[in-house]
This record gives sequence, C-alpha cells and structure tokens, in this order.
Amino acid sequence: MARIQLNNIAKSYGSVEVMRDINLTIEDGEFIVLVGPSGCGKSTLLRMIAGLEPISGGDFTVDGKRMNEVPPRDRDMAMVFQSYALYPHMDVARNMGFSLEIRKAPNEERTSKVALAAQTLGLTKLTERLPKQLSGGQRQRVAMGRAIVRDPSAFLFDEPLSNLDAALRVEMRLEIARLHQRLKATMIYVTHDQVEALTLADRIVVLNAGDIQQVGTPLELYDRPANKFVAQFIGSPTMNILEIEPGEGGIRLKNGAALSVGLPDGQKRASELGVRPEHLNIVAPDAAHLSGTAELVEHLGSDTNIHAHVPGIGQVLVREHGHFPLKTGEPVGIAVDLAKTHLFDPDGRRLAA
Amino acid sequence: MSALRRSTPLAVTGKYLALAFYVGFALFPLYWLAKIAITPDKLIYTEGTALFPSKVTFENFETVLVATDFLAYFKNSLIVSLGTAAITTCFAAAAGYAFSRFDFRGKRLVIALMLITQMFPLLMIIAPIYKIVAAIGLLNSLTSLIIVYTAFNIPFATFLMQSFFDGIPKDLEEAGMIDGCTRFEALRKIIMPLTLPGLGATLGFVFTAAWSELLFALMLINSNDTMTFPVGLLTFVSKFSVDWGQMMAAGVLALVPSCLFFIFIQRYLVQGLTSGAVKG
Ligand SMILES: Nc1ncnc2c1ncn2[C@@H]1O[C@H](COP(=O)(O)OP(=O)(O)OP(=O)(O)O)[C@@H](O)[C@H]1O
Ligand SMILES: [Mg+2]
Repeated sequence: MARIQLNNIAKSYGSVEVMRDINLTIEDGEFIVLVGPSGCGKSTLLRMIAGLEPISGGDFTVDGKRMNEVPPRDRDMAMVFQSYALYPHMDVARNMGFSLEIRKAPNEERTSKVALAAQTLGLTKLTERLPKQLSGGQRQRVAMGRAIVRDPSAFLFDEPLSNLDAALRVEMRLEIARLHQRLKATMIYVTHDQVEALTLADRIVVLNAGDIQQVGTPLELYDRPANKFVAQFIGSPTMNILEIEPGEGGIRLKNGAALSVGLPDGQKRASELGVRPEHLNIVAPDAAHLSGTAELVEHLGSDTNIHAHVPGIGQVLVREHGHFPLKTGEPVGIAVDLAKTHLFDPDGRRLAA
Repeated sequence: MSALRRSTPLAVTGKYLALAFYVGFALFPLYWLAKIAITPDKLIYTEGTALFPSKVTFENFETVLVATDFLAYFKNSLIVSLGTAAITTCFAAAAGYAFSRFDFRGKRLVIALMLITQMFPLLMIIAPIYKIVAAIGLLNSLTSLIIVYTAFNIPFATFLMQSFFDGIPKDLEEAGMIDGCTRFEALRKIIMPLTLPGLGATLGFVFTAAWSELLFALMLINSNDTMTFPVGLLTFVSKFSVDWGQMMAAGVLALVPSCLFFIFIQRYLVQGLTSGAVKG
C-alpha cells in the first residue's frame, strides 16, 4: 500500500527543462490518471515514479519515505509498458513469474500465483506459449499478469491499451477497473484517451508542457475546468470557444448578439465564452441565440454533430441526442444553455461564477 | 507498375539464373582449390584447364598431414583465432552495450577515434607495431598476434555488437529492473540470451579475420614453431617451384574450421529471436 507524494519535482535533460514544480499527492488505493497532449511529460513523470528516470529536483516520497535515489527494484511498483516489453525468450508462465524467480520465491508459490493470475486473465491455456505466438490482446494480458503476480504496492501503466483495437480496448478497460476494485492498490495510469481517463480515474491530472493544469475528479474537470486548456482537453467533441465582450445585462458576442450570462465580479476581464456542444441545441429561429447554416451534419447514430456556420462568429459545433433530421445547407437556430457556460479571462483562466 | 512486379515465369527463371550465376561465381575458386588438391601432381599441368581430373588422388592430403608441419601451423592458427575471437567479442560486447545504452561524456569522441583507426592502411603501422612488439619481447609469440589482432578487430566488432544491442528494445531491461533485477542481472538474464545471434556473428567475423591474416603474422613470426597457417602456406613455395597440389590440399583443410565454426554458430544467426517482445 502506498501514499505517493511529489514535492516540487523537476526534470531536465541536460539544459532542457521539461518539467518543473510538480506537486501531487496520491492517496493510498487511489486510481490516478495522467492525461495531456503528446510530449507533455506523462511518460517522463511515470518513469520518474518507477525509478527508471533520474529525478532532477524535488522530493519523491512513498508513505513518507524519500525515494528519489532508490533503484526500481526496491520501490515495490509494477509497471505495464505501452510496448508490453515481454521477455521474448521466456514462455508466458515464466514471463509472469519472472519477478518471483528473481526474488527467489519458492517454486510452489510461484506456480500457484502464476496459475491464479493466468486464470484471472483468461490465459490458462496459453501459459506454455512464447510471446511471439500470441495476439496483441493476449500479449497485453500477459503484461498485466506480470504486474499482478507481484502484488505490488502501486501499479504504473503507460498507455497500456493504445496498441489494441477499439473492442479489445473496452474489454481491457473493464478488466483494469475490476482489477482496481479487487486489489485496491494505488494505480497511476497514463493515457491520452479521455474515455479511459474519465471512466477509470478517481482523479485526473491534466498535464501540459510539463505543468500540471488541474487535478480533480472526472466530473470536476468536466463541470469546472480551471482554464481553457482543460476545458478544451476534457470532453468530446471539444468545447466551443467564442470571443465576447461585456455588454448590457451580460455579455455580447462578436456578431452583436447579447447573452444574459451572469458575470462574476471582475467582469471586465472576461474575454471568451466556452460552451460544450452538448449544451447547445438546435431550435426554431425565433427562440435562438444564434442563427446560421448547417455546414456539415454528422450522423453517429446515438448522436448527431452539427457543424454550423454562424456569420460574424464562425464555426459552432452543436451536439444533439439521437438521430436529428437535418440536412447540410439548411438554416439553423442555436440556443445556448446559459447555466452551463464558462467564462475565461484573457490569460485563459476560468472565471468562477 | 504493378504489372512489372507480378512474377511471370520468365521473371522467375531470370531470378534463379542470376542467383545461380552468383553462386557459381562465388564458389568457383573454392571448387578449383578442391579440384587441384585431388589432382595427381603429374596431371596438374597437362590437364590444367579440365573441369575434372581424369584421375583422383588423396596423396596430397596425406603428404600435407604427415610429412609437413601443417598440423603445427594449424594448431597455432586455431589458438590465435579462437583467442582473438573470444577476447575481442568480450570487449566488443561490453563496449557495444555501453555505447548502446548509456550516455557519457566523451562518447562521441571515443566513437570517432574508433572510426579513425579503421581508416589507416595497415601497411602504415607495420613498422611501429613491430618496434613495440619487439620492445616488449613478444616477437615470435602467439600472444603478440592475439594482442595485435584483438586491437585491430575491436572497433568494428564493437560497432557490430552495438547495432545488435540497439535492436533490442530498452523496455525489456527496464521491465526486468522493475521486476526486481539489478542492471547487471537484467543484462545477464534478459539481454544476453537475446544477443546470442550478435555474439555468434561477431565471433564468426573475428575468427575468420584472424584465421586468414597474413601480413602481421609474416612480420611478427619467424620461427617455424609459432607460424600460423597462412604463413605456413608460403613454405610450399620454394625457390624453384610451387607445390600446387599440397598447397591446395592444405588450403582445403584450412577451410574446415571456418566451416565447422559457422555450422556451429549458424543456429544463433537465425534472426527473429526478439520477435514478440513488443507490438509490431
Ligand atoms: N532523452 C530525452 N532527451 C531530451 N528530451 C527528452 C528525452 N526524453 C523525452 N524528452 C522530452 O520530454 C518531454 C516529455 O516526454 P514524454 O515522453 O514524457 O511525453 P509524453 O507525455 O509521454 O508523450 P506521448 O503521449 O507522446 O507519449 C518531451 O517534450 C520530450 O521531447
Ligand atoms: Mg509517453
């Protein structure tokens, strides 16, 4: 069991600083997901926690003990690599039991633990195969098996599902959620798939360019993003951002339309309005806040995405539930759910209402 | 374009003809070596260009094995080549691993220096090497040859080994270290087994290079006791004649260890040991 603390963690490669002042406390048994765009430092952070990458500054503690210089083998953490990193010359059973073999665990213990893990992951029939004789999904499960056999105090996952096809990804996602419920171990999970992040996480950490943007539960991030970056990163399709200026009784959009959005105290500073596609609705022109034409209508079955062009404002994306009968080129009126909008100041910070 | 790529019977025939031509071209000298070795002395000149002698004899082999010092040369060559191959491969594996996995100050400089050593014609450094070896009293010893050959082969062998280590994903030893290995254990239990093809290839390459080296063997060795096989071959050339039959017989025998060596390491040369480690 492990409570992991990062205090002012920094990382540089030579003179290039890729990460600074990372502060994060991960509670025992918590499922933390690290998300962010490519190159933002997710893997680097995970590898520093694993001990594979030296920490350039700050303190990394587990249960209060400073672990900065402790080698990976003494950190009691298991890691599942994006590439799986199975040992190609060992069969599935030996791959899974390798950590016990290294720790000189008795043979019976090894066999029984491996058998148990193989059973949990549906690998029982494959234990004598070599990694090259397995499919991608099976390899992925062996990689997971290697981690759970050890019963570590924390699990680290670096995009473990990104090489799998969509169906398998859903299945393995459930598997990982179940694993967490059963083991109640601390888990740190890197992904750039927001569905994975939103469904698995107790708390999500959003990183950008080596900085933590926000830490919070999935719903906190969705409902109260700290800034424009988080607002646009979480939620799919992406939030619409419209330029505004303060006006009578609320705000005015660039095309002159007035919206009665309650401005917080520092009202003069609001420069942009964010509203998610699902909080916009197609309505009759006389009830609409905005009007334009449907440029592209995407029918996804469960949802319909309407890319509308609004003169003076530009592209606005509206998401309607179910099958919405609308054709490309038709005029549309758009209503804004005023209670669910977000205001951002010129620096991109969200202004709390 | 695709029409060109489709294999017509004509294209297939052409391909095999080209292959056959290449193989024939490459193997013909070896065939000729063997042919002359089994041709009786009397017929060597009279039937010089016939593809197969009218009479076959193994007399040359017998003479070479019994009446000359061939076996001694052979043994010396074996000691030198095996010694060189083993020592070089050990150094090359260690250095190649370091180049492949670690970043350290001066790495590029060391690599550049090693490349530069490969650019000199050997003739240029014969004299200095001779002086050095003479000064430390190692002339006429097999040790001197092992040292010199090792020095010459290490750079290339190191680059060879480095490329093999580069081919093994770093993730594997990191996974090993997370699983509880020290770096050295990860190297021994995970990386080493996967590098066997690389070790085999390097051993084979260095062995062959040392086995056929003549220039330095000629310079550093004078006494009959420590002559290696390529130098020994020259003893078949006397002032007035060349004993072609015996020389070729000795040549055929000299091929045996190289062949055995490659048959032995061939199974390690088969590619694909690392497949399955990572996706794709
Ligand atoms: N060895 C290195 N030397 C210099 N810079 C590096 C090195 N490794 C990583 N970086 C830099 O560190 C930053 C973070 O890299 P990291 O691999 O952690 O990104 P990531 O968030 O995992 O991205 P991805 O989603 O693409 O995997 C990147 O900007 C990268 O260029
Ligand atoms: Mg990464």
